[in-house]
Amino acid sequence: MTTNSETRAPKQSMWKRITQSKYFVYVLISPLVFVLLAYVIFPMYKTFLQSVVDQEGSLSLTNYLRFFTSEANLESLYNSIFISIVSVITCAIVGVGMAFLLNRYEFPGRKILSILVLVPMALPPLIGAISFSFLYGSSGIFPRLFQSIFQLDNVPFALEGIWGIIIVHTFTMYTYFYLSASAAIRGLDLSLEEAATSLGSGRLRIWRKIILPMLTPAMVASSLLVFMISMASYTAPLMFGVERVMTMAITLSRTNGNLDMAATQSTILSLVSIAFLILMTWYQNRRNYQSQSKGVGVHRTEVSSPVVKYIAAILSTIGVFILMLPILVIALISFAVDGEWTTQIIPTSYTFEHYIELFTDSRTWGPIKNSIQMSIVAVIGNIIFGVAAAYAMVRFAFKGKVFMDILIMVPWALPGTVVAVNLISAFSEGNVFSFNQVLVGTFWILPLAYFVRQLPLVFRNTQASLIQMDDSIEEAAQSLGATWWHSFRRVVLPIIMPGVLAGTLLAFVQGLTEFVASILLYSPSTMPLSVGIWNKMYSFQFGTACAYGVLQTILIIVVLLINERLKGGTNQSGASIG
Amino acid sequence: MKSVRLEHITKKFGKAKGVEDVDIHIKSGEFFTFLGPSGCGKTTTLRIIAGFYFPTEGKVYFDNEDITGLKPNKRNIGMVFQNYALFPHMTVFENIAFGLQVRKLSSSEIKSKVEKAQKFVHLEGYGNRKITELSGGQQQRVALARALVIEPDILLLDEPLSNLDAKLREETRIEIKRLQVELGITTIYVTHDQHEAMSMSDRIMVMDKGEIQQIGTPQEIYNKPVNHFVASFIGESNIIKADVKNLTDTHVTVDIGGGIILKGLRENGSPMLDYANEDSVLLSIRPEMINTGEGANTLTGIIQLSEFTGVSINYIVKVGDHELNVMIVNARTKVLERGDTITLHVPESGIYFMSEKR
Repeated sequence: MTTNSETRAPKQSMWKRITQSKYFVYVLISPLVFVLLAYVIFPMYKTFLQSVVDQEGSLSLTNYLRFFTSEANLESLYNSIFISIVSVITCAIVGVGMAFLLNRYEFPGRKILSILVLVPMALPPLIGAISFSFLYGSSGIFPRLFQSIFQLDNVPFALEGIWGIIIVHTFTMYTYFYLSASAAIRGLDLSLEEAATSLGSGRLRIWRKIILPMLTPAMVASSLLVFMISMASYTAPLMFGVERVMTMAITLSRTNGNLDMAATQSTILSLVSIAFLILMTWYQNRRNYQSQSKGVGVHRTEVSSPVVKYIAAILSTIGVFILMLPILVIALISFAVDGEWTTQIIPTSYTFEHYIELFTDSRTWGPIKNSIQMSIVAVIGNIIFGVAAAYAMVRFAFKGKVFMDILIMVPWALPGTVVAVNLISAFSEGNVFSFNQVLVGTFWILPLAYFVRQLPLVFRNTQASLIQMDDSIEEAAQSLGATWWHSFRRVVLPIIMPGVLAGTLLAFVQGLTEFVASILLYSPSTMPLSVGIWNKMYSFQFGTACAYGVLQTILIIVVLLINERLKGGTNQSGASIG
Repeated sequence: MKSVRLEHITKKFGKAKGVEDVDIHIKSGEFFTFLGPSGCGKTTTLRIIAGFYFPTEGKVYFDNEDITGLKPNKRNIGMVFQNYALFPHMTVFENIAFGLQVRKLSSSEIKSKVEKAQKFVHLEGYGNRKITELSGGQQQRVALARALVIEPDILLLDEPLSNLDAKLREETRIEIKRLQVELGITTIYVTHDQHEAMSMSDRIMVMDKGEIQQIGTPQEIYNKPVNHFVASFIGESNIIKADVKNLTDTHVTVDIGGGIILKGLRENGSPMLDYANEDSVLLSIRPEMINTGEGANTLTGIIQLSEFTGVSINYIVKVGDHELNVMIVNARTKVLERGDTITLHVPESGIYFMSEKR
């Protein structure tokens, strides 16, 4: 033992001086900084640069002046903000209402509703928007149904315009409120309410003074989240043909060849998104209520009046119906013969052809294969950098950590449209970060976009697992003689694996269903699945489009189910202490 | 078994002080305890020995080898963590075998050693259990087996009993002491529980605010505390400020106010105390040193609180301006009640003198 360490001493001291230096941590995080710099900051900077440089190449604010004096642009900004605010309100009402109903009351149909309430999470954004236009659009099933029942000349109602967008947003995004409010309600300590009652407080007062303040953190976090996602929404406006919102304005400027204006609009939208991200991070660090007593079950009030029971049963049935319809309609139309469904209420002729084609016809299979390939490439990058980043952020202390934390989350906050515009600005010509290659128009640009957009998913999931893991576990491995690498491989990695896997699977399906950035970046040879759906919709091949959609939806459901299992696993392993 | 020597160890966390100028020599085979309230620096000192912290100043020696900068995985230490830090994804066998696998032993050797270790901590037949299927006490024993199976030079225990309930704590305490005596391993034990420290240790280091207060055997620490902190942290004590009235070669007479004069033995004082230089001193009188009835230093007082615990009768008695804790061993004596007058006396050897400074 003694002689051994003596012979090693000189070599070790050199290495030790490097590794024990307080600057060594910066060496460790430098690859992460490089990736963020190259594929997040640099593209953002290029877009910004384009927005502030005029034709002659000198700095000017002309573009911004033009933006803020153009009526169309101001209307887009106004509409985006209006849609986002209303979406927050409607999502909050539906989500929190559902959360209270399902967690606090026992009524006929509660069990099935509490499962189906999460269905919107399984719908890819594009498929969600398409299903709504099939169901409630101006040539949708329900408007036509009522038209034929009442023998009207025109459809009596139809989802369209801004309110159409808001309804789609409500349906697809209330789950954010539902999940956080449910967690908060389950975490609400019943003894608090009992304490308030024992102190003489009435029902209303308890709500005002106890329950609502306890729910506030969850509500604020969800509001910020829904606002951000609404600002970034692209598919719903596209589906309902609303051109005057920010995301659509950006794509329109691009198709009109007005690249400077697109850059300007992107920069403005980025600023809004990043401001919200910072606001969210700040708020989440600020307040956090936790229940102090353990193992208190939620008490459900049984609905006893037969009339109320009857009404509840009817409303539950309607609720189940509304929740299932989008998936059902996509499934139904996936069997419809392409081009046969025109003015009928529902398609008249059906076939299995589309599903067979998915895997046999090389042209139909192409987008699926492309998406799988590109997602896998992106996900491999996500695992390597997401896990490394999470480990560095949890284990090391260094200057600029808060800044790094926000920086990693920026791609998550940025609208897909903006990410695409940024990448186009950066990589439509070769530079250091692309090894002097032009990436736009090649296979690599889409995996890069997916990588950037989904890095936060893997990062956050891994980070959560790492925070749960006690520091002393790694120290125990070291005290038993394990090197850092050995303990990372044999102890840390197996423990955080469920988290990494959950994040990776989510990242993978998000890659498979990504539409917003893809539509701006794809080239015909690498057309991804979602763009395939959109093109089929465009050419009225509804059946094939929906068969693709069913495939995506099934994949998402499978991943969500696996993740549910994985989460159960981490809870178990986290509870090593009695 | 190795000895451990800390040479003027100081550890700062940024500007905050962790520990200051800790200088100790722990003998080979000794059971040595770091005792103090939370935040006193005991765990910091232990982690410096383990290698998880590097000292800002000073050096650490195992025997005569300077290991100050050596990584934890090269120190051949066995450590038991407060929350055990068992690997949740491994079985009992895999947990215990981990350190042996790192040392690249053959699988047959690992198997026999792990089985021996399991037997040692009474966990035979538990090899395939998952960690989550064990009780707190069993997890604790796995942690101990895992630390001991690698035949460490030094065993480090960081509050290993704090997560156990009272009865199990007692059993495990005896078990740890038995293992330590049988193996003769140098053991460093961190705790804030003076009862644990007193009953297990060869020597105790009492720490407060990052500094050593006193190092000594349990008897020395209890009977001859060097200052107010040690006297009140270890066991209970009535600490009374008093003016020195008379000083002879053998005796000290003091006035504790209210016309009460007490007389004690001069030799019965802290080594830090220099009577010649101080007008006033601190008295430390243990509750069990006070007896009922008349005798040397007789006092009368009124009972404020009376408490019967079975083994003893505890009173809080108001004597002059002082409230004294008194403990009478239960010999079927009558328990007095609040408001009763009681006569007490303190033998000369029951009064201990300390300096006011420090």
